[in-house]
Amino acid sequence: MENDVIIGLEVHVQLNKLKSKLFCGCSTDYQDAAPNTHTCPVCLGLPGTLPVVNKKSVEYAIRVSLALNCRVQEETLFYRKNYYYPDLPKAFQITQYDFPIGVGGRILIKGDDGKERVIRINRAHMEEDPGRLVHAGTIDRAKYAMVDYNRCGMALLEIVTEPDLRSPKEARTFLDKLRNILEYLDVFDGNLEGAMRVDSNISLKGGDRAEVKNISSHKGVEKALSYEITRQRNIRRRGMDVIQETRHYDELRGVTVSIRSKVGEHDYRYFPEPDLVPMKIADWVPRIEATLPELPDAKRERFKADYGIADDHAKSLTSDIRVANFYEVVALKTLPKEAAVWIADVLKGELNYRDASIDHFSSEHMVEILKMLGRKEITEKGGVEVIRHILDHGGSPGEVVKAKGLAKVEDDAVVEAVRSALKECDQAVADYRSGNENALNFVVGQVMKKTRGRADPGVVNKLVKEEVERL
Amino acid sequence: MIKREDVDHIGWLATIKVAEEEKDDFVAQFNSVLDYFHQLDELDTEDVEPTYRVVELVNVFREDESIESLPQEEALRNAPRREKGFFKSPRIV
Amino acid sequence: MLQELKDELLSGSAEDYVRSLFEKIEKSKLNAYNLLDKERAIDRAREFDKSPWKGLMAGIPIAIKDSLSTKGIETTCSSKILQGYVPPYDAHVIERLKEEGAIILGKTNMDEFCMGTSTETSCFGSARNPWDPDRVPGGSSGGSAAAVAAREAPCALGSDTGGSIRCPASFCGIVGVKTTYGLVSRYGLISYANSLEQIGPLTTTVEDSALLLEVIAGHDWRDSTSAKSKISYLEGLDSGVEGMVCGVPKEYFGEGVDESVERAVWDAISTLEDLGASWKEVSLPHTKYALAAYYIIAMSEASSNLARFDGLRYGLRLESDKNWHTTVSEIRAEGFGPEVKRRILLGTYALSAGYYGRYYLKALKVRTLIKEDFERALKDVDVLVTPTMPFPAFKIGERIQDPLSLYMADVFTVPINLAGVPAASVPCGFAEGLPIGLQIIGNHFEENAVLRAAKAYEDATPHHNATPPEVS
Repeated sequence: MENDVIIGLEVHVQLNKLKSKLFCGCSTDYQDAAPNTHTCPVCLGLPGTLPVVNKKSVEYAIRVSLALNCRVQEETLFYRKNYYYPDLPKAFQITQYDFPIGVGGRILIKGDDGKERVIRINRAHMEEDPGRLVHAGTIDRAKYAMVDYNRCGMALLEIVTEPDLRSPKEARTFLDKLRNILEYLDVFDGNLEGAMRVDSNISLKGGDRAEVKNISSHKGVEKALSYEITRQRNIRRRGMDVIQETRHYDELRGVTVSIRSKVGEHDYRYFPEPDLVPMKIADWVPRIEATLPELPDAKRERFKADYGIADDHAKSLTSDIRVANFYEVVALKTLPKEAAVWIADVLKGELNYRDASIDHFSSEHMVEILKMLGRKEITEKGGVEVIRHILDHGGSPGEVVKAKGLAKVEDDAVVEAVRSALKECDQAVADYRSGNENALNFVVGQVMKKTRGRADPGVVNKLVKEEVERL
Repeated sequence: MIKREDVDHIGWLATIKVAEEEKDDFVAQFNSVLDYFHQLDELDTEDVEPTYRVVELVNVFREDESIESLPQEEALRNAPRREKGFFKSPRIV
Repeated sequence: MLQELKDELLSGSAEDYVRSLFEKIEKSKLNAYNLLDKERAIDRAREFDKSPWKGLMAGIPIAIKDSLSTKGIETTCSSKILQGYVPPYDAHVIERLKEEGAIILGKTNMDEFCMGTSTETSCFGSARNPWDPDRVPGGSSGGSAAAVAAREAPCALGSDTGGSIRCPASFCGIVGVKTTYGLVSRYGLISYANSLEQIGPLTTTVEDSALLLEVIAGHDWRDSTSAKSKISYLEGLDSGVEGMVCGVPKEYFGEGVDESVERAVWDAISTLEDLGASWKEVSLPHTKYALAAYYIIAMSEASSNLARFDGLRYGLRLESDKNWHTTVSEIRAEGFGPEVKRRILLGTYALSAGYYGRYYLKALKVRTLIKEDFERALKDVDVLVTPTMPFPAFKIGERIQDPLSLYMADVFTVPINLAGVPAASVPCGFAEGLPIGLQIIGNHFEENAVLRAAKAYEDATPHHNATPPEVS
């Protein structure tokens, strides 16, 4: 079936690595604070207050625009977007409208068919975050709402794609890639609550689109969009049209629900913010461009070239800047290919299982483990156990190996064990001799038992086959 | 020029309720002022740039430094309704 | 007068003086004040007497328009919707006054949210003109002007969006100054129309206004539109007008202007000539379009600036079990007066989809034409001289029923705000006992020329010494 799904995303990225908010000096580390303790007359929107632009926020916005291959406007300015909601204290949001800071960019992702695809960025613009509404119950049944303005005034960058995405999975891939790039740029910490919020627009070709607002997780976006496709197809199948509307994603029930639209359409009455002046930033661009870090795609290619590792590994290692940096530190001290396998396949897996970040593991320890493996002091299985133990209980590789007796058994002892096992397993030997290749596996198992798993299985296999011929 | 039916929409956008009995007077006054505004149609401003602000300033910024916020009590001081440190608002829906 | 007052207070008693002011105010029928900060002011005055501090305004009491945020003192903009609102911060100009040792007497009456030319839209009832209490004191800073004229305060601060300092100065026979846009920080001024308004002084003499400007003007990082220029307002004040060329815009005379006003202004031009200045006719051809452009811009900005008044964080709150949007609509309908509501709704309309180009954008283009008129005229002359208002103070109730007729009164003051140039109003005569104001306009950042001309004129005339009949 021809793909008729059309998806566009509006991603709100909170520049939470700034020290202060966009238009006032309130600090940005409000995550665990009591409500309304990170506010001031400006972000509370008290009468008579005025905004003043945080210079670094503009630098960050330019950085992101450049990293997304956008053209940075020579002159950019702020506008007022007028609408009413309790989380918006001034009843307008200071945002950008004409002349947003960045226009016309692109991100490359791997499409569902495995081929590289260009997702075009329409614009990137700056705006302030509203406050946070807490409902006593669900939005439609709560008797009242409570408002916390700690978040109000935080600097947001809104990144808008063209409707180039073709499936929920692609949307997710795109979001993962975008987050990765943003973390490389060190403009935001994606782990903090509210760091990245997505509005998705989805339609089937020829139909109107539905907007699903304000989803915080990439998985949530994928699920919401999948649900929407089904919902929209069902409507079409019944011969009706999809209505253009705004919907809300109910995470618990896994469905999108229509937000009853109010009387009248939204008319935001945009006009340039009279309390702010234009920003002429053309000459900031070369300076900022020069300080851009190596971005994921470039790093991936360089890892392949410099370290000779496979594309899969390179991709996995560069999908998180901290992992990439970790890898390079380790690769420079050991063998890059082995390091790639152990970090991308093993360590990452163990970390994911424990929901831990790579900061929980020391690169020195990784180097040590790889060296021990190289010197055949421990088996691969042993290596995995060391990693697990350190993650769960701490310690150093040397200590763990000693404590758990993971040192690889000496060759002689292995040969000894093979010979004694062959003696004991005459039935298995007989089966092998009569043509059952797999009968020797039993012997190998016995040898592993005897050596308490500390022998290298590959070596044992080889020895068993050799010794069995000698009998 | 506006008609009686337009008043609800403008009132909704401005979030000001216009009572039924006020509407007729309102429409009359509104239109007389609008009529006065139409004077500007006499001027040809095709090639004129709009003046959004009379200052010539550009690039006015502050450094990314944090300044002490208001204590919670100060922030809530003028709030008619509050609960557990939050501002209390009527239900949304 | 303030310099002399400073000396008097040092040798005399600030406390006695402040108490005498409050006595006068409490007996007064002028309704110039919304709130008196009596206890604190008397305490401060007492402290000053005990151990006087230094400062440009050391010991001087001042009245503050109720649209300026004063920390710990209720600030209402003469509106029901802000009753009970106590700001947790001081406006920049208030901080400056306090730094220079001033004592705040209280908050003065004004048109609601600065929207008016007479102070009649105040939710506390109109203030009255000390020269004739049945007449308006002008607006929107009517309370401040009435207080100063009636000697209920030695000086006051007001704000001027379309003439709100100059109009009441003219109607009450005192001095009022609006600086070049950006010279006085707007941080803490509750905003009506941000691209047009400036805070400024209302005083009995030009020198006093210069002193106040010395205190309140200057760069403030908290206002992104704050000019970086440094101007000394007291310097060269007495240099006179020898060789100065005054432009007289022909559009500011003729139809619609009271004969007595025209006569007084031409007399003033004559006086300036006697002092060594010369004059020539100039033209500001787009003058007649200024009112429409002004009101469209002001109402549009106001519709956005006043949107925040919803009763959630401060101000009027009604008991309601309805949903948020409905509740807020009712609070705003209840809390705003009819003129404010009208302007918000008109402004909303002017910005709305489909009308933005016709109204708001068009007005901004006309603004350019008006600004260019001033720049062109002021290339060949040093200052422009005009009447401040086309007529003297009108009776309370006379114009308020017809909004348009009230808007028309601003015809000579609004162009100045559109262009962002500085202007002062000084008393230049009387019409049947009612003061007439002379407006002196300068180019951007040329307040020194304006103040110099104003001072020279003042020194050569007796008008600033006249006091209303009630005042002894």
